[in-house]
Amino acid sequence: MTSVAAPIEHGGHADAHAQSFVRRYIFSTDHKIIGIQFLLLSLVGLLVGGSLAMLIRWQLGFPTQAMPGGGILPETMAPGGVLLPEFYNALVTMHGTFMVFFAIMPLLVGVFGNFLIPLKIGAADMAFPRLNMASFWIAVPAFALMVVGFFVEGGHAGAGWTSYAPLSANPEWSGVSLGQQIWCVSLVVLGLSSILGATNYITTIINMRAPGMFWFRLPLSIWSLFITAVLTLLAIPILSGAAIMLLFDQTIGTTFFLPPDGGQPLLWQHIFWFFGHPEVYILILPAMGVVSDIIANGSRKPIFGYHSMVYAIIAIGFLGWIVWGHHMFQSGMNPTLGMSFMISTLLIAVPSAIKTFNWLGTMWEGSIRLHVPMLHACAFVSMFVIGGLSGVFMASTTVDIYIHDTYFIVAHIHYVLFGGSLFAIFGAVTFWYPKMFGRMMSRFWGYVHFGLTFLFYNLTFFPMHQLGLGGHMRRIYDPTEYEFLQPLQGTNEFITISAFLLFAVQLIFALNFIVSWFTGEKAPENPWQDTGLEWTTPSPPPHGNWPETPTVHHPPYEFSSPLVEEDYLMQDRAAGKETP
Amino acid sequence: MDWTLPPGVSTFAADIDRMYYLILWITGAAFVIVEATLVWFLIRYRSRPGRKARYYHGNLRAEVIWTAVPAVVVVMIGIMSGGVWNEIRGRDSIPPNAVPIEVRAKQFEWNATYPGPDGAFGTTDDFTARNRLTVPVDTPVVVRLTSEDVIHSLFIPAFRVKQDAVPGMTVNVWFQVTETGEYALACAELCGNGHTTMGGTVEVVAQDAYARWLEVESSRRAASR
Amino acid sequence: MKRSLLVPALMVLFGCGGDGGGGTADEAPQAAVAPLGTATVSGVVSFEGTPPANPAIDMAEEPSCTMAHDNAPTDPQVVVTGGKLGNVFIRVMSGLPAGPYPAPAGPAVIDQQGCLYTPRVLGVVVNQQLEIRNSDSLLHNIKAVPTENRGFNISQPTAGMQTRRQFATPEIMVPIECNVHGWMKAYVGVVSHPYFATSGMDGAFRIGGLPAGTYTLEAWHEVFGRRTAEVTVGDGETASVAFTFTAG
Repeated sequence: MTSVAAPIEHGGHADAHAQSFVRRYIFSTDHKIIGIQFLLLSLVGLLVGGSLAMLIRWQLGFPTQAMPGGGILPETMAPGGVLLPEFYNALVTMHGTFMVFFAIMPLLVGVFGNFLIPLKIGAADMAFPRLNMASFWIAVPAFALMVVGFFVEGGHAGAGWTSYAPLSANPEWSGVSLGQQIWCVSLVVLGLSSILGATNYITTIINMRAPGMFWFRLPLSIWSLFITAVLTLLAIPILSGAAIMLLFDQTIGTTFFLPPDGGQPLLWQHIFWFFGHPEVYILILPAMGVVSDIIANGSRKPIFGYHSMVYAIIAIGFLGWIVWGHHMFQSGMNPTLGMSFMISTLLIAVPSAIKTFNWLGTMWEGSIRLHVPMLHACAFVSMFVIGGLSGVFMASTTVDIYIHDTYFIVAHIHYVLFGGSLFAIFGAVTFWYPKMFGRMMSRFWGYVHFGLTFLFYNLTFFPMHQLGLGGHMRRIYDPTEYEFLQPLQGTNEFITISAFLLFAVQLIFALNFIVSWFTGEKAPENPWQDTGLEWTTPSPPPHGNWPETPTVHHPPYEFSSPLVEEDYLMQDRAAGKETP
Repeated sequence: MDWTLPPGVSTFAADIDRMYYLILWITGAAFVIVEATLVWFLIRYRSRPGRKARYYHGNLRAEVIWTAVPAVVVVMIGIMSGGVWNEIRGRDSIPPNAVPIEVRAKQFEWNATYPGPDGAFGTTDDFTARNRLTVPVDTPVVVRLTSEDVIHSLFIPAFRVKQDAVPGMTVNVWFQVTETGEYALACAELCGNGHTTMGGTVEVVAQDAYARWLEVESSRRAASR
Repeated sequence: MKRSLLVPALMVLFGCGGDGGGGTADEAPQAAVAPLGTATVSGVVSFEGTPPANPAIDMAEEPSCTMAHDNAPTDPQVVVTGGKLGNVFIRVMSGLPAGPYPAPAGPAVIDQQGCLYTPRVLGVVVNQQLEIRNSDSLLHNIKAVPTENRGFNISQPTAGMQTRRQFATPEIMVPIECNVHGWMKAYVGVVSHPYFATSGMDGAFRIGGLPAGTYTLEAWHEVFGRRTAEVTVGDGETASVAFTFTAG
């Protein structure tokens, strides 16, 4: 056991006056403040990404009709409210970019990585608090830069969030030059932020666990954040490299991806997806982790098969590296490779199934409390199952021939990233909100938001499977151009209206979030009667988290343990004999 | 909600569709089992006064079962898909007697070049048609697909054909259509501002009509040259 | 951006609101912008031999465009009427006083009608607005592929849309194309001064408002290339120039 707890500088209560407002809340080195900063930034990213999606849905539901209120957009985007194809392409690109890089990824990794890791392993802070601060303040200009791209000459990048070359590499074919360069630079800068964060998480988890916090006493949220950090550290430099090569193709005349001069378009796809598929797991593993915590809490039971859950996380993290070719079955890649990528991809279903069944096993014979986070966690499980199962269709090279690049894929990714990750995020924010802000979010509005989101979410994304089966291509500007898509236009309109309602009900979450911050019921130390170390310190915890480093005596999910009267046994509670 | 695929009219469409329906049944069953169990547990084991959850950490036999069963099922799906994949894309899958057509994609059109009545490319009876592919029925056809600028994707839903057209590469994609008629052709890969307009038609004609069409078109275009 | 201040000033000075880009000979609109003199050069472009047939356009995929044409549409690369050649771009190549010549306030207009560009050949002054209009109820993509200037690649999905662009460097000629309808081609001459014209269907052209002097004129045609001619003209006079293109 080599846990090194950082010395706690202050006694928790004495430091309030010692730091200026700027040091405490702006350029803070406190992991909790940085987590909250990431939360606010990425919620804005979520709003931006969601707003872009609304414009996309308008165009798909009501193609080339003037959008109500669209007149406020500049001529280069939507003259008279009619979205231009080049703007539509930028919308598609930036919706993906913002959601992946500036919403889901920072929400999971930036927010919960920062907030939870020290609190759950019993550390006073991160191993490198200043690097941690830098990682946030590097993400801010990357975010700003990506927003600025909309307003430059030629418009924003429009080659899809995957930026397939040569469309992305040669401005002649897209009409976009500066926008695409901004995309590259912004992602390289953001990548630096992620790399700093990942280094920090890995170091902290390895070195700063409290005494008694053995590896197999780590909560699954921490396990998944640890594996995620490893994936991030390995995957992000690949994206940065690819983005720099793309930037060079556009600016200084290299031809990595331009075939007339010896470049290879498929090279981009190989590099991008070699990053991109681990990225998918970066976007889902932490969600699985926090959902595991919440489900154990909601079921009042230890996690079923804790060890196999850990191994499943590791297996997913490993398999994530050898499946990238499944994005390229129809790309012209040697079809013989299709076989091996198909098998490795299908095998990912195995650890995913293990996790799903273990969640169900956790609920079995539990005493389930359907609090708001638990509802979101259950939504995660049921929606992730749909996203996972629809993935089997694409993994089959054969079926993929037909559904590749159709709305079936769009449905799949949204079942994983919205139905999966975002429901987990809603649940996790509600669950740890009291620890972050010292107040509870409104339960009533939490239930209302959950119910309406779950309903409109499914009304929006489930019919997309049907569009895909009808052959509806992704990223097309006007489906009514095609006779064979005409019968699906009613579905498109239905989806658009559902999407607008889905967007609208997020206002409930936003208001609940903001209003509760000021007027929410004061949170006790442990409002959810959870077992984790973070619930042994006040809400919100002081700088340094605990007056002295806690000692861990139990595994993470000792609910309904016979050792204690109440139905939860805190990890640091000395009572009773030590649980292995 | 309609889970059926639109009618397929190529020789391998039925195989692809069969794989699809097989996966649909398997995943459908898994979906129903998991979701029903979830809902049932949420009701059955809801928190009630006086009830305590069972203190239970897991069961190795259960873990082995739900590891092994999905593993076997997905590997089986993989092997079956692989067979069909080989039939369509395998190294020797293209029939040697396939009728060749060159398709060059560019922003935002499909240019199909036919070898003319002599069956050879690079001769004076070659001709090119825009956004319109004409192929004989019940005959294997191989499209030599490439692109002049960015990546496009040749998508003929009714044939269950989809293949990216990549600049700097020529990919051979083959199919054999079983019914005459007109079918839609589309671009499935975002290729620029006019991506949405990059559609076309595939006309499938009887074999003798195809031979006649080749001659007529070839001489008509020669005359207009 | 300083151009925006200049534009209203120019409009007052020269009383110019005209649409600058007209391609026909009798308008001679560019000359009205900044008349340095009162000399005029006019002439006719002739064509000798049998003009090659224009390639047919298969517009079947756009019925609304097919309907806009009475006859089977052809790509109007070579427009010869009674031995006269239209769509020839003629400009003063040398002999003018050193500029700079301000860009006219009004835009030059190019329209998309029946899936063809109208006019097919036109000129703009450096930094003059080029207004691209769409009169078709379908999506056109407009791609300029200049060698000296910054290109653009934009689209207009509905009828009635207008987009303005400009070129900063003289260039003969900037090709414009629609990638949705591969046959659609137009050519924009970007000139540092307003002394240019496009020959009409009758082959005639006219460049007015010139100061007295001796000039070298260059005529450009998309198929037949370039011809030059010298001309001397005095104040208030009209000098005549003839260009002749031959088949092959």
